[in-house]
Amino acid sequence: MIKKLLIVGLLAGVAFMFYGLLISYNGTETLTGLGSYYAQNGAREVGAANLVSSIVVTYRGLDTLGEVTILFLAAAIIGFVLKLKKDEVLEARPVRETSELLTSASQVIVPVIFLVGVYIFINGHLTPGGGFQGGAVIASGVLLMLLANPTMHISHNIVATIESISGIAFVAIGILGIVLAGGFLDNRLLPLGEFGTLLSAGAIPLIYIFIGLKVGAELSNIIGTISYNQNEKPN
Amino acid sequence: MEYIILISGFLLVLIGLWGILSQKNLIKIILGFTVFNTGINIVMVTVGYVKGKTAPILDVISPEEALTSIVDPVPQALVLTAIVIGLGVTALMLVYALKLYQDKKTLDINNFKDLKW
Repeated sequence: MIKKLLIVGLLAGVAFMFYGLLISYNGTETLTGLGSYYAQNGAREVGAANLVSSIVVTYRGLDTLGEVTILFLAAAIIGFVLKLKKDEVLEARPVRETSELLTSASQVIVPVIFLVGVYIFINGHLTPGGGFQGGAVIASGVLLMLLANPTMHISHNIVATIESISGIAFVAIGILGIVLAGGFLDNRLLPLGEFGTLLSAGAIPLIYIFIGLKVGAELSNIIGTISYNQNEKPN
Repeated sequence: MEYIILISGFLLVLIGLWGILSQKNLIKIILGFTVFNTGINIVMVTVGYVKGKTAPILDVISPEEALTSIVDPVPQALVLTAIVIGLGVTALMLVYALKLYQDKKTLDINNFKDLKW
């Protein structure tokens, strides 16, 4: 009872705090300093139609590198935590038979999902999308494959190879930016091209392709590890 | 309009906090964290909203008029990062829950008293 009262009291306190924030908010009519700089110069300096992409990949590219690293660390820790001991053998998991509908539909839909994922990260500099979103869509296709065939084993080697190659390529493009352009992860090492076309915005499409592949491989790896280790330990 | 979204964001934060504090099942606690995360993201995007302006994608609007016709792109880039980090954190929490379940065959938080004082 006291616990519940404490919870309600805490929630009321937080709600009161939010109420204060809410009544002091009255919307903005103009952009703030940093936002207006990006709005004024983003298209000219970076050449990407999607200003969010130009911030994520170029202006704050280092943050994105850190973000990819955090995702990689999460995947690595998950693999470490769920690692089987040397002599540990997994019992065959009782698998419920998947329905005909799911298996047939997944064969049709999975290639389309992969295609949509690739489309999203290739067009990341033109449309609302990008490497992370495209990678998540690709991983959702892998999840559908696993649902349709629960005993499927995702090859760790292929996933790890894709992931390491794209990670190294991302950093290599960043370093090439120091040599050929203005600094680390500068996208002007390739010509900016015509504004608003697929081959524009310098290195952004290239970086987004590698981020998309890396995120897709990492999330597929997480899904595969969890699915493989769901079996209960033999007691 | 932005008030409705702001209020729903704050409400999601409160619902998530309530779930974290009052639920007994580990999976439901993790779901509480994700709802909390979503609420915070909605609030952040709304704070970057500029009245009557459109998304920061220059396909129809030309780069010259961008200054007067788009919302702030900075919070949106921030939220993009926050969503990805949230996904990684959620996956980690779920794996810890799976591991705890494999160890004790239960998901009830009351059965994990090793760190209780």
